[in-house]
Amino acid sequence: MSEVLQDLVNRPYKHGFVTDIESDVAEKGLSEDTIRMISAKKDEPEWLLEFRLTSYRAWIKMEEPTWANVHYPKIDLQAISYYAAPKQKPKLESMDEVDPELLRTFEKLGVPLHERMALAGVAVDVIFDSVSVATTYKDKLAAVGIIFCSMSEAVKEHPELVQKYLGTVIPTNDNFFAALNSAVFTDGSFCFIPKGVKCPMELSTYFRINTEETGQFERTLIIAEDEATVSYLEGCTAPAFSSNQLHAAVVELVALDNADIKYSTVQNWYAGDKNGVGGVYNFVTKRGLAKGVNSRVSWTQVETGSAITWKYPSVVLLGDNSVGEFYSVAVTNHHQQADTGTKMIHLGKNTRSTIVSKGISAGRSSNSYRGLVRVGPKADNARNFSQCDSMLIGDKSGANTFPYINVRNNSAQVEHEASTSKIGEDQLFYFAQRGIDAEAAVSMIINGFCKEVFQQLPMEFAAEATQLLGLKLEGSVG
Amino acid sequence: MINKESKTILEVHGLHATVNGVEILKGLDLTVKSGEVHAIMGPNGSGKSTFAKVLAGHTAYEVTAGTAMFEGQNLFELAPEERARAGVFLAFQYPIEIPGVANSQFLRLTYNTMQAQRGNEELDPLEFDDYVRDKMKRLEMSPNFLDRSVNEGFSGGEKKRNEILQMALLEPRLGVLDETDSGLDIDALSVVAHGVNELANKDNAIVLVTHYQRLLNYIVPDFVHVVDNGRIIKTGGKELALELETRGYDWVGVEHQAANLATVTAGAA
Ligand SMILES: Nc1ncnc2c1ncn2[C@@H]1O[C@H](COP(=O)(O)OP(=O)(O)OP(=O)(O)O)[C@@H](O)[C@H]1O
Ligand SMILES: [Mg+2]
Repeated sequence: MSEVLQDLVNRPYKHGFVTDIESDVAEKGLSEDTIRMISAKKDEPEWLLEFRLTSYRAWIKMEEPTWANVHYPKIDLQAISYYAAPKQKPKLESMDEVDPELLRTFEKLGVPLHERMALAGVAVDVIFDSVSVATTYKDKLAAVGIIFCSMSEAVKEHPELVQKYLGTVIPTNDNFFAALNSAVFTDGSFCFIPKGVKCPMELSTYFRINTEETGQFERTLIIAEDEATVSYLEGCTAPAFSSNQLHAAVVELVALDNADIKYSTVQNWYAGDKNGVGGVYNFVTKRGLAKGVNSRVSWTQVETGSAITWKYPSVVLLGDNSVGEFYSVAVTNHHQQADTGTKMIHLGKNTRSTIVSKGISAGRSSNSYRGLVRVGPKADNARNFSQCDSMLIGDKSGANTFPYINVRNNSAQVEHEASTSKIGEDQLFYFAQRGIDAEAAVSMIINGFCKEVFQQLPMEFAAEATQLLGLKLEGSVG
Repeated sequence: MINKESKTILEVHGLHATVNGVEILKGLDLTVKSGEVHAIMGPNGSGKSTFAKVLAGHTAYEVTAGTAMFEGQNLFELAPEERARAGVFLAFQYPIEIPGVANSQFLRLTYNTMQAQRGNEELDPLEFDDYVRDKMKRLEMSPNFLDRSVNEGFSGGEKKRNEILQMALLEPRLGVLDETDSGLDIDALSVVAHGVNELANKDNAIVLVTHYQRLLNYIVPDFVHVVDNGRIIKTGGKELALELETRGYDWVGVEHQAANLATVTAGAA
């Protein structure tokens, strides 16, 4: 690998600062008592405590999965704290009451909480460690019947909705990390779009882990009733600690008849330093249920951070004519490891799914696509198209593709295409010979490579993603 | 055009270069002045492309001895992109494909990079589109090549034409054309040669690497050099190319060896 490429991938992480704020951090370790403590702190109803305890009891019988192509020392789940919250007034009436230190933090991260948010036209729910600290534009959304608030608040204000849908897409015992999340989740976003409503603005949640040795277990639930549509964005960063933080989120989406949910993520958790020390372990379960006829669930993700990424945003295509989409760019550098992909489970008739995955690996990183396309016996005329492209930068990185196809209906059409390419010295020389430096060259090649995915991102995010990739790969060329 | 008044654009002295530890260039000398056209000929594997890439700064090649001055600057102190921006252009013998990057986007970036370097105004996509289409017309290239990825799936001749298009956009001080003629059909050869002739003027210079006289019928060289085993062993006028065409390279080699032997003997005496 040439020096130019080297320098290009070695840019420091700019979100790695820690906010000095007084926090209420729970004792380390996990037991039924911890769960009762979290539930009590949040003043939760009995059914939710039961939900947590059932999950916990399922979880203690489960083994941490080892099938993913990622390697890390066993996580000591007793050595982390399951609750951390900035100390502040329990309920905020307006943005002006948010701790200025917090506001400054998000300002620094480029998340618009103040006046600028009006210009940006995006409603934001902000999760700092375990709790939601602010949600913007709530009133405007409420006027059209949309509920957008933190999960804690939803539990208090709309318990019937939460109880009706929580855990219906991802059962509490779905997998090790989802069960853990179901037991200990602390906050997250809740979003409900009632029948016939097209959400007038992008909804967005911004996650920030601030406290060292805390796990972040947020829980997001989005429901779009008949004919409703919503586009949702998720962003995340964390300070640079030399220890590893665990992030085990669960996101559930429910789309009823003719509903449309588009969920976009730009994940930029701290990835560890260039020697692989520190970084976030990102073990996330995301699933959408395209429950109604003609419903659509679409995932777009740009994954650039985390030391380890274990994530398979999936769609269960239950309603006839429903559509599932997965567009992904996963970039790994240095010692990062990513095992990510999707599952498309076709159950209804005439269901269609599209998978476009772009993996970019630089440094000594490893990047795997793992995808499952399953067509059930009743899913007549189901169609899937998958395209998995890998790009290698330098000669020490690795890429793998693990496509699983399981078809139990003869009328199904499943297509899979894969390619591997490499940014080579000769390509960079060609650019250089035309006056274009390696940084601009890599960014141009990568943007071309990721075009189909970036096109799916909402405008504000597309620019951010392009820039992020540029930063990420700076110094990786050669 | 040879002119006593003209300035030196490139001056190479005693150039030695290796690739993977193997010495390919073994003491190459060449002086190119503004307004001149030089042809470099020589057998396969003699080091012609190596020389071109060393000038352009390819990182796989290591310069072990010698100098190269380009308009008074030490070329070897500049990064490849700086050499390009200073006005060194290489039309590749085998232009590489860059999948996913639209040719139009690439051409505009390189054009604007050069414009910025020269303190000229950059063009927005619409303005550039007009500009580049006009250049393409002169090279009889279809505008379809703008939407395709850079060189991807281009035929051999189409790639060469795309190289000359870039030269036309960048207007270099020194254009090194590495076998631009090979792969071109007869009509394309005349179109491309015409394009090159249009670009040649009294302030720039062109170095043509070629195996064939037919290119030199269109672009008439002021000097013809023969490279063998990593150095220039003979230099002549345009007649030399004709002579090579009929007699091959062997006689030059023999003549050169004889001359060498003579100097060695003279030195020993
Ligand atoms: N990367 C490399 N590794 C090993 N040998 C190389 C490399 N690049 C060039 N060479 C060798 O250097 C010698 C000169 O090659 P070069 O491409 O300069 O020849 P050329 O004169 O341009 O030939 P042609 O007329 O066939 O284009 C050849 O023997 C070639 O095999
Ligand atoms: Mg050659």
